[in-house]
Amino acid sequence: MWSSFKRWFHQWGSPKWFYERSLVWSRWLGVIALVCIPAGILWGLLFAPEDYQQGNSFRIIYLHVPAAVLAQSCYVLMAAAGFVGLVWKMKVADVVLKSAAPIGASFCFLALFTGAVWGKPTWGTWWVWDARLTSMLILLFLYFGVIALESAIQDAITAGKAAAVLCIVGVVNIPIIKYSVEWWNTLHQPATFKLTEKPAMPMEMWLPLLIMIIGIYAFFGYALFLRSRNEIIERERRTLWVRELVERESAA
Amino acid sequence: MSDRSQPLNLWQVFFAVVKRDLLLAFRRRQDLANPLIFFVIVISLFPLGVSPEPAFLATSAAGVVWVAALLATLLSLDAMFRADYEDGALEQMILTPQPLFLLVLGKILAHWLVTGLPLILLSPVLAIMLHLDESLLAILVLTLLVGTPVLSLIGAIGAALTVGLRVGGVLISLLILPLYIPVLIFGTGTVQAAAAGSEYAGFLAIQGAILMLALALAPFAAAAGLKISASN
Amino acid sequence: MSFSSLNDVIHMGGHGLYVWLSYGAGVAILSYNLVAPKMKQNALMKRLSQQLKREKLAK
Repeated sequence: MWSSFKRWFHQWGSPKWFYERSLVWSRWLGVIALVCIPAGILWGLLFAPEDYQQGNSFRIIYLHVPAAVLAQSCYVLMAAAGFVGLVWKMKVADVVLKSAAPIGASFCFLALFTGAVWGKPTWGTWWVWDARLTSMLILLFLYFGVIALESAIQDAITAGKAAAVLCIVGVVNIPIIKYSVEWWNTLHQPATFKLTEKPAMPMEMWLPLLIMIIGIYAFFGYALFLRSRNEIIERERRTLWVRELVERESAA
Repeated sequence: MSDRSQPLNLWQVFFAVVKRDLLLAFRRRQDLANPLIFFVIVISLFPLGVSPEPAFLATSAAGVVWVAALLATLLSLDAMFRADYEDGALEQMILTPQPLFLLVLGKILAHWLVTGLPLILLSPVLAIMLHLDESLLAILVLTLLVGTPVLSLIGAIGAALTVGLRVGGVLISLLILPLYIPVLIFGTGTVQAAAAGSEYAGFLAIQGAILMLALALAPFAAAAGLKISASN
Repeated sequence: MSFSSLNDVIHMGGHGLYVWLSYGAGVAILSYNLVAPKMKQNALMKRLSQQLKREKLAK
């Protein structure tokens, strides 16, 4: 049992194995994303009932919430990958960390953008220093930090380790930041009404949301593997299997 | 230290690092004064840029002092490990039998003594210039006393990760400023809560908890960062 | 279907601008995350295959 687990775990140390498996996983993730995202968007935009308070502007939720959830869990994934990379020196973990950062940052930006656009009809202004929006903004800064550090260090292995330390420090900080921002928010503006906390959403409203969240996660996996494969080819370009792969690809 | 064959105990090493760093800092007085001058200038820009009206300044004084202290600390971070990195002392430190995090903690303490502490001593004067209510001065100083060590501790992580890079200075701000936000929020928030007449001891306690957490974790992260930077 | 005509869908009960602006940004972000790595992959493959050819010629 333990030895088979160990064998399974050690496979992850091989970039070649990861590259080949990720092609298979990507296919499934791509199918899920391709089904769920259009279905979720169409259902959310056209078929879900109007919100009795916010009217049709609430349809932004079907982008805003999945993007926000993904941006947060992506950072946690990066920290977990960083931990694995530091402890077990796995090349694949470094690759995943580096590849996830720009995707997470882009979804963090999307969450902020849709939050601001949603704020205009709901609060009457584009930006409110609401606790959730503010901590999303800080999360975006954390992503920028990781991306900047990765690109500032020339050597890929050193860059991976440094980014891993930064991500772990960041992930320890995220709960503190969230708590402090919420406290600060109640200190300054008591009782703003919240965007997404609502008395139990009806089924036909949250089902498309659930589908969207599943779709976005699948999309994230797909995009992550896409970037990871590029990164692996770049890092392993001197190995035989990458040379053969390049030859096969260029012949085709 | 007469017997060279006897290895130093941990406290001796710790204080040797603090002493060495303080000595080095006092040899370069101008570098010592620069963050302080920056602190004063930033604070005097604020009334010029926004409004000199006493009532307005009084409400924003704590925030302005805190932001300026934060930026002044940031300015001094890049130098924390750079000289040691460039002359090779850092590699010696990594090779010592004593744990690296202890030496790093010594350097952080020295950094706080030469930047954080002078800022705290200067802050009441500037707060008075910003018309902060006199009853709040002590609380402001108290929040700075608990908060600025956290700035040095977290800052050390950023300094450690960027020490080998030419662009270090700018990058540190990008890495570290988001992590400073809780310190800033509780620092100014405590003063504002006290100004509003509410109970603030609990908020100070939270700041203390953040300090303890930073004290327990940051030296390890900074030591890991230094090892990574030195291996490059 | 909670709308009766295409016009209603575009109008979104007065919130059309906000809803469509958000979804436009969503489509942009999704396609960025697909197009950028694909373009990088093409450039990378091209560079590496040229490098391989050069190495073969040098031998």
